Formats: sequence, structure tokens, C-alpha cells
Amino acid sequence: MFYRSKIAADKHLKKGREVGADGAFQHRGKLSMTTIDHQSPAQTPADPKDAADAHLRVSRRGVLHLAGGAVSLTVLPHAGAQAASSPASTAASTAPLQLTVNGEARQLEIDTRQSLLDLLRESLDLTGTKKGCDHGQCGACTVLLDGRRVVSCLTLAVTTDGASVTTIEGLAKNGTLHPLQQAFIDHDAFQCGYCTPGQICSAAGLIAEGKAKTPDEIRELMSGNICRCGAYTNIVAAIQQAMGQS
Amino acid sequence: MIPFKYARAGTVAEAISQKVANPEATFIAGGTNLVDLMRSDVAKPAQLIDISRLPLDKVEETAGGGLRIGALVRNADIAYHPLVEQRYPMLSSALLAGASQQLRNMATAGGNLLQRTRCAYFYDVATPCNKREPGSGCSAIGGLNRMNAILGTSDACIAVHPSDMCVALVVLEATVHVTGPRGDRAIALADFHRLPGSTPERDTNLAADELVTSIELPPRGFAANYTYLKIRDRLSYAFALVSVAVGLELEGGTMREARFALGGVAHKPWRNAQAEAALRGRPAGDAAFAQAADLVLREAKGFGHNTFKIDLARRAIVRALSQAARGTPQSQSNKKIA
Repeated sequence: MFYRSKIAADKHLKKGREVGADGAFQHRGKLSMTTIDHQSPAQTPADPKDAADAHLRVSRRGVLHLAGGAVSLTVLPHAGAQAASSPASTAASTAPLQLTVNGEARQLEIDTRQSLLDLLRESLDLTGTKKGCDHGQCGACTVLLDGRRVVSCLTLAVTTDGASVTTIEGLAKNGTLHPLQQAFIDHDAFQCGYCTPGQICSAAGLIAEGKAKTPDEIRELMSGNICRCGAYTNIVAAIQQAMGQS
Repeated sequence: MIPFKYARAGTVAEAISQKVANPEATFIAGGTNLVDLMRSDVAKPAQLIDISRLPLDKVEETAGGGLRIGALVRNADIAYHPLVEQRYPMLSSALLAGASQQLRNMATAGGNLLQRTRCAYFYDVATPCNKREPGSGCSAIGGLNRMNAILGTSDACIAVHPSDMCVALVVLEATVHVTGPRGDRAIALADFHRLPGSTPERDTNLAADELVTSIELPPRGFAANYTYLKIRDRLSYAFALVSVAVGLELEGGTMREARFALGGVAHKPWRNAQAEAALRGRPAGDAAFAQAADLVLREAKGFGHNTFKIDLARRAIVRALSQAARGTPQSQSNKKIA
């Protein structure tokens, strides 16, 4: 099934901008200056190629983002600062991608630069997976790829062709929370909640690996997930509860 | 990230021919370092050749009693492989000391060898860096260099190789098998990585058109007396300030064979033949350990923020040798230093 119709494309175009700005929360001021031409729908070129050219004039790090023929302009963090020194850019390159997401087969056409994280959030509207650092250092973007936990920010979507991905949205079954989701609630294992989807997906991977038995081992094997609120004590307790049920 | 073309290689031969046809292309496997470098515009490949599906993902016993680890075996799968855990626990421990489980699930053996330095200036394209832009200068010399090298440095570069795995591999005297348009060859791990000298842009002796296919471990695994001790700014998921891998063979308290290497201190995993020779044939004890540490560090040079590493390395060497001699290797989950 192809993911986007023309109408969906227009909706997606808008969504892409919104998500892009949201995803770039650390650099919002800079982004709003460098992408100002694209804040108004009236100025958005209708032709994908024009969109690409116009966008690349603004910032080489802006990503022309294609999904099933749909076009949106997605602004990634850190854009703008070095735009003036950009070398001449070549056209964006796209590739087909077949991906099973939370049990549903998807047939997509993606920009080769797109991370799995951006694909999930911006093309598939699965915003449960969070963008924290976008450098593989915080774990907020953790998903299960073919059953193994990975950071989706450092996973190029194009390399996952044929794979199966499970996100936080795919853990609950038939309206019943996954034991880890319930355990996080039972133990109040979060405060702001931003790292929580990554913590839970990571913990699901940890339980499947079967290597962690003690609290020390849980802490060590969860060290790829940072919680700035400091809910670690309760996170370990929640994982212990879920491990006991599995 | 600049646009790039993407191709997937079905065979090793196809990967090599794609690379020969497009010298601006870069191989990608796990991508944990490369994608980050591309996002920072440090790496700007015109094309990615995806090698992640090549049949180089096996761990196999060799005829000589060793182990051959395919270049695409994921770091976590090496660390938890029963034969690695039994025969080469130092390698398992070093792998588990590195990165996070998510990254270990992605990163490959070959990619671990080829990862770039995490020197902050290498990543910051607004600053001079001889490794990123030859001839532009080294910002770490005279800059913020807490994480940088104290051994084997040059006026051009004081970056360190960040791998934990390679520190264990150099002690195990592993061999890297590579292939390319001129055929196959084997490179001793100790000769795989380079010192910066006047060409810090070259991390390794792998040719641009060559591909790592496997890492071979000889039979000797030091499973009884080993350790991997990693000292860092937080207890997990951080690069080493100093790390030490040790393998000993003891006979009644005397060291018959003694090897150790340092991580986090140089442009390559650091072994010193003279220091090891000073251990062999002597009783395992602090006197011999301290002498060996002094031999390694007599040529160490600090650059201000990282000068503390010299004392830290000296103490870490003595502690690690002591852990190995007592048969109490450092646990990577219980952080108490034995």
C-alpha cells in the first residue's frame, strides 16, 4: 500500500514543517531565521524539484523529504549556521523502502538521508518515539528493530528495508498495556515523560536479551537511556516488576 | 547532511567493485559513527555502499584453535558469544565496557576498528583540525584536551582512538583480514591503526578501496588471568580517560607471559614491549607492576587538561595487573574496582 495521496501530501507538507520546528527545539531561533521563506504555504513551490532547489538555497541541512510522492520540507536541528559556506549541493536521492511498523506493512519512498526516527515521527505520524540528542547519546529514540533495541536516530531508514520495527505505540495489545508500561505507571517511573518511550522500548529489549538479573546489571544495561528528571530508582524497580512477570 | 546516493552490495566482490567505480563512496554497516559524522558534515560521502547484508556475520572456530569473527558481527553478539565468553573473556568485558546496549546491537566488529576519534575539535567543523582538514592546524593542542592523548602524539594531532574492543584485541594479538581489488591480506591488529605523525587524516593502514572481512583471534585467550579496567568520567556509557587490558599466564605466582595495553591515551591501542618484558619471569606483585607502568609512561607527555592522565594511567596499570594476577577481573556491572 502506498502511504500518501495528494491530499495527504498537502497535510503532510504542513505537518513536516511543524514537526521540523518542534524537533529543532534547541535551535528554534536560528531555524526560524534560516527557513523563513518556507513558513508561508503560499511561498511553498508546488514542484518537488523547485522545492528542493529553493530549500537548498536556504540550508543544505534542510531535508527534502519524500514519502510516496508527497513532498514536505523538514528542518533538522543544527541547520543554518554553516549554510553560507555550503558546497554546491546535488539533488536529493530517494529510495523505496518496505518496512513493517508495529505489525503493519508499509511501502514507502524515502529520502536516503532520513533517519528511522524522522521517518517514524514525520512520515508515519508515530510521534511516541522521541528525538532527544539525535546523536545516539540519550536513548530517547530507542525502538525495537527486528526485536533488538537500537537508537533510531543513528539508523538510516534506507538500511532497514525489509525489517520490522516496534515502537512504543506497538507495545500495548488489544487495549491492554504492555507489562512494562503498567510497571512504569505502578512505580511512578517518570516525571516529565520525555525519555519514557525510549526507556520502555529499551527495557523491552533488555528483558528479551535475558542478560540482566540484578539491579546492578539492569542499571548497566539501561545506561544508554538518560533521564534528566532522575527517575532512575523507580525505573529500575519498574523493570524488575516487569521482569518478574515475563 | 548532504545528499548521497545509496547502493546495497550483495556480495563482497560487488562491494569492492562499487567502491572502485566510485572512490567517493563510503561503506556503511552499523552506521553508529558514520551517520553521526555525516550529520555533523565531518563525513560527506557522495555515495553509501551498504555492506550490512554481506555474509560476514559468523563467529567460527579456526583450524588452528582460534576464532574468526566476521566483520559484520554486531558488538553485542561478539560480547555474548559463548566461545568468546569462555575463551576470550577479556574481549567480552572490553566490548561490554563500551557504548550502550543499543549501540552494541548496531555496531559491527569492522566498524569498531574503523571508528573515528571523538576529539571534540574533529567534530566541530568551525574549528581547525588536521585530521578533518589536513594542514588547518590542531585545536586540541592548547585547547580543551582533557580526553586527548599522552603517548605517541605529534605536533599535528593529539587525538585518541576511542575503541575498547581494540585494546583487548591488541593484547590478544588479533589479526585483521581485509580484501580489495588487489586481493586479500592480513594485518596484525598492532599494525592496523597508525600514529598521527604528519598524516593524522589517516587513522589506519587499510587502503581506501579495501574492506575488512574478519578479525582472527589466536588460541591464547588468557581466560584465567585477565581484566579490562576502564576509568571514565561517569560509571557507564562514556569513553575512556584511561583503560587497561591485561592478559597474564602465571606459574606458581611467577608471570610466564604478560601482556597489557592502554586505551584512551594514544592514536592507537598502546602496547609497550619493554614494559611487558620487565614483567615476564618475575613474581606477580606491585614492585614489578609499578616498574612496568613507569616504563610505559616515561615518554608520556601531557597537554595541560589531560596531564592528570599520566598518573591515572600509572595507577590503572598497577591496579589492572593486580586484578589479573589475583584472578578478580573488573566487573562491568558492579562498578566497585576490585
